[in-house]
Amino acid sequence: MMSADSLRGTSELLSGWGNYPRELCRTRSIESWQDAENAVQSSNTTNVIPRGLGRSYGDSTLTQDGVVLRMGHLNRFLAFDPESGVLECEAGVSFAEIIETFLPQGWFLPTTPGTKFVTLGGAIAADVHGKNHHVDGSFGNFVNRLTLLLADGAIIDCTRDNDPDLFWATVGGMGLTGVILSAQIQLSRVETAYCDVTYRRTRNLESTLEMFTATHQSYRYSVSWIDCLAKGASLGRGVVMLGNDASAADLPRKLAAAPLKLPRRRAKTIPFDFPSFALNPWSIKAFNTLYYAKNRDRREFVDFNSFFYPLDGINHWNRIYGQRGFVQYQALFPTETAHVGLHQLLERIAKSRQASFLAVIKGSGPATQGMLSYLFPGITLALDFPNRGKATRDLFEQLDEIVLEHSGRLYLAKDALTSADTFARMYPRLSEFQRVKERVDPNNRFVSSQARRLGIVTGLELNQSEAVGNSISAGAH
Amino acid sequence: MSSTSIEAPAASTGNAVSVQATTDRVSSGWVLILGATSGIARALAHRLSQDGHSLILAGRNQEELTRLASDLRLRHNVNAEVAEFSALDYASHPEFFENCIRQTSGRLKGVLLCYGDMLPQAATEKSFDDARRVIDVNFTSAVSILSQAATYLEERKSGFIGVISSVAGDRGRQSNYTYGAAKAGLTAFTQGLRNRLYKSGVHVLTIKPGFVATRMTAGLLNTKSPLVASPEKVANDIVRAIKRRRTVLYTPWFWRPIMALICSIPESIFRKMKL
Ligand SMILES: Cc1cc2nc3c(=O)[nH]c(=O)nc-3n(C[C@H](O)[C@H](O)[C@H](O)COP(=O)(O)OP(=O)(O)OC[C@H]3O[C@@H](n4cnc5c(N)ncnc54)[C@H](O)[C@@H]3O)c2cc1C
Ligand SMILES: NC(=O)c1ccc[n+]([C@@H]2O[C@H](COP(=O)([O-])OP(=O)(O)OC[C@H]3O[C@@H](n4cnc5c(N)ncnc54)[C@H](OP(=O)(O)O)[C@@H]3O)[C@@H](O)[C@H]2O)c1
Repeated sequence: MMSADSLRGTSELLSGWGNYPRELCRTRSIESWQDAENAVQSSNTTNVIPRGLGRSYGDSTLTQDGVVLRMGHLNRFLAFDPESGVLECEAGVSFAEIIETFLPQGWFLPTTPGTKFVTLGGAIAADVHGKNHHVDGSFGNFVNRLTLLLADGAIIDCTRDNDPDLFWATVGGMGLTGVILSAQIQLSRVETAYCDVTYRRTRNLESTLEMFTATHQSYRYSVSWIDCLAKGASLGRGVVMLGNDASAADLPRKLAAAPLKLPRRRAKTIPFDFPSFALNPWSIKAFNTLYYAKNRDRREFVDFNSFFYPLDGINHWNRIYGQRGFVQYQALFPTETAHVGLHQLLERIAKSRQASFLAVIKGSGPATQGMLSYLFPGITLALDFPNRGKATRDLFEQLDEIVLEHSGRLYLAKDALTSADTFARMYPRLSEFQRVKERVDPNNRFVSSQARRLGIVTGLELNQSEAVGNSISAGAH
Repeated sequence: MSSTSIEAPAASTGNAVSVQATTDRVSSGWVLILGATSGIARALAHRLSQDGHSLILAGRNQEELTRLASDLRLRHNVNAEVAEFSALDYASHPEFFENCIRQTSGRLKGVLLCYGDMLPQAATEKSFDDARRVIDVNFTSAVSILSQAATYLEERKSGFIGVISSVAGDRGRQSNYTYGAAKAGLTAFTQGLRNRLYKSGVHVLTIKPGFVATRMTAGLLNTKSPLVASPEKVANDIVRAIKRRRTVLYTPWFWRPIMALICSIPESIFRKMKL
């Protein structure tokens, strides 16, 4: 029943948030620093890849012939300075836990993705961005120090000063430089747990983009839902949400009594995978039309949960896409080409009748120095597609062409389908990253299925005798 | 809330400990956790600090314990101290325990024994050293340290002792009987201790977990199986059992009937089974 392996793992069918692709992987829960060291050094596997809460969509936390290190239990707060808001904690701490513990003391995340069920490690590895990217940039800007476990077993403190290359290869580096054990980050002061939000409907893409430009200075947060099924003159119409942190003085009396307290909300749960007919062009069209019609221009105070994490109110919402899962397409266009690029992209998508109801665009600001970090100044668009196998892959290929043509790029945290060739053209600093990888991990101890597919890690053969199973791509063939 | 409960909400829906016991409420005061780095102990530490307890976290790995202590302080705003404890260094136990008493200024009200060691059965068959380690860590060392605790609490005439044994101690099975024997010894020892301490008002709880998803079982269990409990669920059960002054806790509850069934099989049949 038992073996004396130093790295026993459980085999499980694993996927990212999109439930596509699914691969049979060995996994191991990391509960102490010693566990992590043992796993990285173990002779029972050729490679490992860390995994946080699995909120990236594709295959960045999968490896078929290695071991997936589940980091969620390495979640201890190590130090906090209530004067400066500097927090040190282990990489498995989730944003939800940070909020639960520090929001009551008047501290919030300096920037946050659209779900709080991400780990600190995952947020750093993807250099995530939030609704304030145009003002504050991405998460890497708020990381002071990383404690890294490298392939050779060394545990090092890494800062942007003592080893800028390694620091900026790790921020945005998708777990490929080593295991982030802990990090020191800067939280930001808030007076309340609310945003002062203005909603504006727009007629078309042009007016949506104009709205972003016009409000860049005056709003810390901005994002727009868009109706990706609208065509012709209404192409790109949407609802722009603009917000600022609400000060205590602004709050209506009812909320001012407990300004840092989040209202309770009961999460609903999607109990099982929906059948594939649940999402069809008609139901999606109906949703989009209704959503647009329902959202009148208005201004209101919205609590952080509802403003930053609307989808977190529904557990397992990814199940609405059924067994075959879904893929997100998130692309960035530089400011100069954004209008034309988006126009072409949206037209192509509307024509395909494949897109789903979650389409979001947002203006981005200055890039961090992350070598594989996603955003630079421009406009980014994200939308979900139910996985229809070949039809989806063909569409994505066409979309990739449009993105490339306009000097855009895709986001690694969302990608599941693009090719190595396309990726290399989108990320000119890839070779710089690979040089750092060669220095700290010459034997490719850290590998993910995504890194393999995209050629970020090269010179690998999938070791068939070790692979516990083949890719089970849930009907995508 | 741990992050596992976020990924798998179902796993941690153990009953919240909201029921007020009629007697001795486990609230405030110091609790000593022996083997505080264990998965179950970590969950227990969180559960206890939510109730406002101060904790002494004892174990071998000081760095890990320090990280755990920082976390408890920051999350729950409680006192959490770290102490070095090695189960097999029996000679050090009296001084270790005295230091704990000193550290808590005599306000130590409870001791939870959470450490344990499970080596593969085959290893303990081949190597007596391995077998002895399993017996000494799980049993002999417990006799040593629990005797210290018992004497102290007996004099104070209050407090509790919780000891994590195992369902494996209920019946010897070929797959795990060295560990099972050590835990059986531990179970019997805590039974006697409970009997002895009853008149002094000190409560002794024998804890028998079934399968729990921790480092000890990593790779051996399918964590998605309904038979495998989360450490949080087990910790909740333990705290509630202490509040209610229960004597023997099976956690989750269904292990009681399962083990009753297993124990009811006649030896003549049992010896032919593969368990
Ligand atoms: C509903 C939803 C909304 C989202 N909105 C946004 C958004 O607005 N902006 C945005 O930027 N992203 C967004 N995301 C994506 C998400 O923020 C990222 O994918 C993030 O990385 C997920 O964190 P995780 O802890 O789940 O990491 P995982 O998905 O588990 O891992 C992501 C990557 O991080 C690496 N990693 C994880 N832990 C460690 C560690 N300890 N050390 C080293 N590497 C590690 C993994 O190897 C992997 O490459 C969204 C996702 C969802 C599901
Ligand atoms: N997991 C299960 O399915 C299960 C089932 C029934 C009973 N149990 C029992 O539950 C208890 C907790 O175990 P767990 O599941 O939480 O496993 P765990 O995470 O592996 O914890 C084992 C603990 O024992 C400590 N330890 C081992 N040898 C020691 C020694 N010589 N001196 C001091 N400490 C020592 C370890 O300390 P280090 O961190 O220093 O190694 C660790 O804290 C154990 O008694 C176990 O037998 C577990």
